[in-house]
Amino acid sequence: MTGSPARAAASPGAGEEAASQARLTAEFEALLAEGETVEPRDWMPDGYRRMLIRQIAQHAHSEIIGMQPEGAWLTRAPSLHRKSVLLAKVQDEAGHGLYLYSAAETLGVDRAELLAALHRGQQRYAATFNHPALTWADTGAVAWLTDGAAVINQAPLCHTSYGPYARAMRRVCQEEAFHVRQGYDLMKALCEGTPAQKAMAQDAVDRWWLPAVALMFGPPDTEAAGGDAKTAALGAAVSRRAIAWGIKRHTNDELRQRFVDHCVPQAERLGLTLPDPGIRWNEERGHYDFGPVDWELYRGALGDDTHTARQRLAHRVAAHEDGAWVREAAAAYAARQSGADTAGTSTEAVA
Amino acid sequence: MTETVTGPARQGTDAALARYAVRLGDDALVLAQQLCGWITRAPTIEEDLALSNIALDLVGHARTLLALGGRLDGTGRTEDDFAFLRTEREFTNALLVEIPDGDFAGTVARQLAYTHHAVLLYEALAASTDPELAAFAVRAAKEVAYHRRHADDWVVRLGLGTAESARRMRAGLERVWPCTAELFEEDALVRGLTAAGAVPAPGPLRERWHEEVAAVLKRAGLPLPAPKWHATGGRDGLHTEAFGPLVAELQSVHRQFPGGTW
Repeated sequence: MTGSPARAAASPGAGEEAASQARLTAEFEALLAEGETVEPRDWMPDGYRRMLIRQIAQHAHSEIIGMQPEGAWLTRAPSLHRKSVLLAKVQDEAGHGLYLYSAAETLGVDRAELLAALHRGQQRYAATFNHPALTWADTGAVAWLTDGAAVINQAPLCHTSYGPYARAMRRVCQEEAFHVRQGYDLMKALCEGTPAQKAMAQDAVDRWWLPAVALMFGPPDTEAAGGDAKTAALGAAVSRRAIAWGIKRHTNDELRQRFVDHCVPQAERLGLTLPDPGIRWNEERGHYDFGPVDWELYRGALGDDTHTARQRLAHRVAAHEDGAWVREAAAAYAARQSGADTAGTSTEAVA
Repeated sequence: MTETVTGPARQGTDAALARYAVRLGDDALVLAQQLCGWITRAPTIEEDLALSNIALDLVGHARTLLALGGRLDGTGRTEDDFAFLRTEREFTNALLVEIPDGDFAGTVARQLAYTHHAVLLYEALAASTDPELAAFAVRAAKEVAYHRRHADDWVVRLGLGTAESARRMRAGLERVWPCTAELFEEDALVRGLTAAGAVPAPGPLRERWHEEVAAVLKRAGLPLPAPKWHATGGRDGLHTEAFGPLVAELQSVHRQFPGGTW
């Protein structure tokens, strides 16, 4: 987009403002259509900026909250090899959170604001993580299925229209793909172990399959998908906008299908049964059919106000509050070192 | 540390060296276990990342040292046999790594004491007559040097940060310092190995450690604690009451699935 009129952030006179906005918007959309990326200093529509902030923040929060179900098993990992692998994974997630908060910061918000919004319950994270991780096998199922769904969701974001987000996602996706392999490997070891180990693996898959299929991809976002017509229509409108802006590349249902097609043969190799009697190969479509998600039932069972959801947020808030004195000390020390005022340091801020 | 020993003397040294390696392996394992407890609860996301990175290195050290112990003592025990199938009384870590550290300042105080000790020890062990231990020590010394820097930086930040952080840092140092002398304890095992040239003598290490930590604390404006008593017993498997729950948590899944493969 370098050299384009949209790149030179204009400050039009009051009279011409509306016309100028329309021109800038048209140019912006034309450049996106050519597959150019948008960079932080480029002009962009407010709606585009808001949509990105919301999406990147939700993604960053998901990484940070997503550390909890697995992090809780670090002290109980059943071999030192698995302890190392899980530590590396949780460490990667913290890193992903940091890249993504940094990408969001290029849009004019700061991490402290985003975390505060998360802590107040005003910004969301992937609802999948509101499921409890009940056994060691859950750490494998989460890595294989939830991260597997994330990779499919996120791979197209490596080419999303906003440059800093796309670049962050390239690093994230590489590491996520590795986590999926590790999750599969963990499940494989359990399936090849004692009957009790295999039963633990099957139980975890029984509980994590639907959250991955349903929540990692979201509700249908095409009118054709039927179901709750109003929700589908709203989802479709948001999705169309996101696709037009190059923030999103595929519909939720396209990605969901891709995920199911990926997982079914893997589950067969593991000797695990995916808990959906509707799964069968459809020769005509060249895809696996699978049962419809009962969204009404699912939403009812998984509101924001479940025990685990409260626990996730309370854990995060407690960590933040307990660490306030440390961040204050670090900020005070940094201020003394630079001899300058600290207002404006952006390290997760004081308070 | 160059003379080659053979025959029964060599076997005696191997058995002693095995016990020595397991002591250090237990230190690394138990400290890693403590740091795992911080992850998702750290004061910043950067610290979640830093502490998990340090814990990961420590688990790596434990794996090498415990496996070495099983080879040298002739039992063929694996790293996991040591970690998951021993009782509390069979662990020989120093008490420093197992005591509850209270808060982030306590963690930083413990990291200060442990990392300065570990770098000095591993650098000296690089000259060990045991080639495996020497090779491990070269690698580990480099890794722990990063952990030491992380600890030093936090000691200074908290010491010079706010009145509260300085107060907490002083309290953290007071809490862990009585357990530092044990790191340099010279019992019959250590004396024998020192005489054989297999491990460094603790005395000179302790002097250098003392100089180093005193210098860091001075930079941080913090007093060097002068504890009136010194904890001991960890090397003989005599632990604190907090240790039982730590081991139970560490071993719970492994023990729930007898004969399991992971």
